[in-house]
Amino acid sequence: MSALGELSQLKRSSGRTKIKHKDNKAAYWFLLPWLIGLVAITIGPMFMSLYLSFTDYNLLQAPVWSGFENIERMMGDARLHNSLKVTFIYVLVGVPLQLALALGVALLLNRGMRGLAIYRSIFYLPSLLGSSVAIAVLWKQIFGTSGLVNQFLAMIGIQGPGWISDPNTALGTLILLNVWTFGSPMIIFLAALRQVPVMYYEASSIDGASRFRQFVTITLPMISPIIFFNLVLQVIGAFQSFTQAFIVSGGKGGPSDSTMFFTLYLYQQGFGRFDMGYASAIAWLLVVIVGAFTAVNFLASKYWVFYDD
Amino acid sequence: MTEQIKSPLKDDQKAATSADEQFELIAAQAALDEERLPREQRNRLRALRRRERKAKYSVLRSLLKHLMIIAVASVMIYPLLWMVVSSLRPTDVIFREPGLFLQTFEWQNYSEGWNSLSHPFGHFMLNSAIVVLGSIIGNLVSCSMAAYAFARLEFRFKGLFFAIMLMTIMLPIHVIIVPQYIMFSQLGWVNTFLPLIVPKLLATDAFFIFLMVQFIRGIPRDIDEAARIDGAGHPRIFLQVILPLMIPALATTTIFTFIWTWSDFFSSLIYLTDPDMFTVPVALRAFVDATSESNWGSLFAMSIVTLLPVFIAFVLGQKFLVKGIATTGMK
Repeated sequence: MSALGELSQLKRSSGRTKIKHKDNKAAYWFLLPWLIGLVAITIGPMFMSLYLSFTDYNLLQAPVWSGFENIERMMGDARLHNSLKVTFIYVLVGVPLQLALALGVALLLNRGMRGLAIYRSIFYLPSLLGSSVAIAVLWKQIFGTSGLVNQFLAMIGIQGPGWISDPNTALGTLILLNVWTFGSPMIIFLAALRQVPVMYYEASSIDGASRFRQFVTITLPMISPIIFFNLVLQVIGAFQSFTQAFIVSGGKGGPSDSTMFFTLYLYQQGFGRFDMGYASAIAWLLVVIVGAFTAVNFLASKYWVFYDD
Repeated sequence: MTEQIKSPLKDDQKAATSADEQFELIAAQAALDEERLPREQRNRLRALRRRERKAKYSVLRSLLKHLMIIAVASVMIYPLLWMVVSSLRPTDVIFREPGLFLQTFEWQNYSEGWNSLSHPFGHFMLNSAIVVLGSIIGNLVSCSMAAYAFARLEFRFKGLFFAIMLMTIMLPIHVIIVPQYIMFSQLGWVNTFLPLIVPKLLATDAFFIFLMVQFIRGIPRDIDEAARIDGAGHPRIFLQVILPLMIPALATTTIFTFIWTWSDFFSSLIYLTDPDMFTVPVALRAFVDATSESNWGSLFAMSIVTLLPVFIAFVLGQKFLVKGIATTGMK
């Protein structure tokens, strides 16, 4: 079962198990590295950054309490608003496209076929490479003014634009890069499709259901928990995209801020200008947004995710 | 429940029945002859014919399916192949040749790229290797320990801790990066590998804890019960019973850690500003910044060099990667 499945199960099963004997001492020894990490590397810094959100801090002088100044600044920061817009477009267009392709190819690959392993590998490879600087370099060339795409377009007599240097298309190339990495959700879909009991299809085909109808009434409901799982994970992942936009735009988020991802803006404020207070406030905005998206996903899932138990 | 005894191919077969009607005329003719055969032979003949018909249709369908898949796969993989080929081309050819055919091999792209920065590229690869090795050891040790506790031990706040652990998988790293940076810079760790390795020693990659918990849960409890009856304590059960049995999960962890750490750009960008300490991703980025548009050949060559270890890990560890993803569902 997936991490999300576990999380939702936790609520249901709490108080169910009666603990026979406890191994507190041994357990905490085993957990010690993790506990230290949790406090020192994760939770501690989280509270610290919450505090810093209300300060003015440039790393050199001690943080100065500034109240809601950073939040007011965020409300009036047009570049921040633009970076939110860019990120939302990236997530709301890129993730559904990626998942649709992942599901489509998984359905094609599902019924055992010759060469399945090879195909699966080919589709999976890009998602392993996709977050690397090297692939961003490749993308920069492919969608450049005389890049691979325009070379192909020239063959059929079309003069393509400089996809990456044009503010209208630059974000689109990054969305395509995200779609290109559909391999890992595809593998999860494949595993899920295997779990749908064959007898449902048999029974429905005896009743004369068409393939499409089977897909809508059997496959989709049965794998809806996995669609949900992929959706949550990919949305969270997409909100955090950084490397590709950074490399393709040379760290600037250009042209004219069209690839200024939220994370890139955060990096510029925090590590370009060392405005750590403001960067912390922005980071917390990211948590709130990602949290809200995840919560909406969870709430909406009640209406479309079907649990077969 | 008669459905259960039918073969998984049943619905393929069923979809073909609508087309069965077309065969009915022919079949009717044949049936007349068949009636004269003994019942047993007749049935065998019919079964044979049915199988033939099914095969005919499924060949057509699977051909179509293969074509579609090959089309998608080619589009996806073409840029990679083209990059490999282009890394052996002079830069001016890269900008006008979309094909995959090579006339000459421009090997100096590689030698030029290799020596284009303040250090030869091997230096950065060594740096990356150190970080990767430290991260792998860190993840293997700390995550397996935590996983053993979560999977096998009963303790106070177990449910709460487990929930927190799962939630940290989904926490954006950007939230903690600012204070973490402040903390590590006060410790004097900027431009060392410590900020990249120490968190792994403290099991902050909770994803792997979860993966290992899943795996340990699949190991029969009788095995450790038996060891306990023989007088083994938890450290011994962990080291001598559970660890040897969870090697597949450790392998998955190793491969994923390798690939992710090798490509991790963000942390290196923040913590490593001294070219001496550059890992491969930041070195490549420095190369991108330093190189003019005229040097794409070497840039591609070095990109290939940085992708090669990931590719090798992918080829060698495919089985574990696919299984790891399918059971826990992460990139």
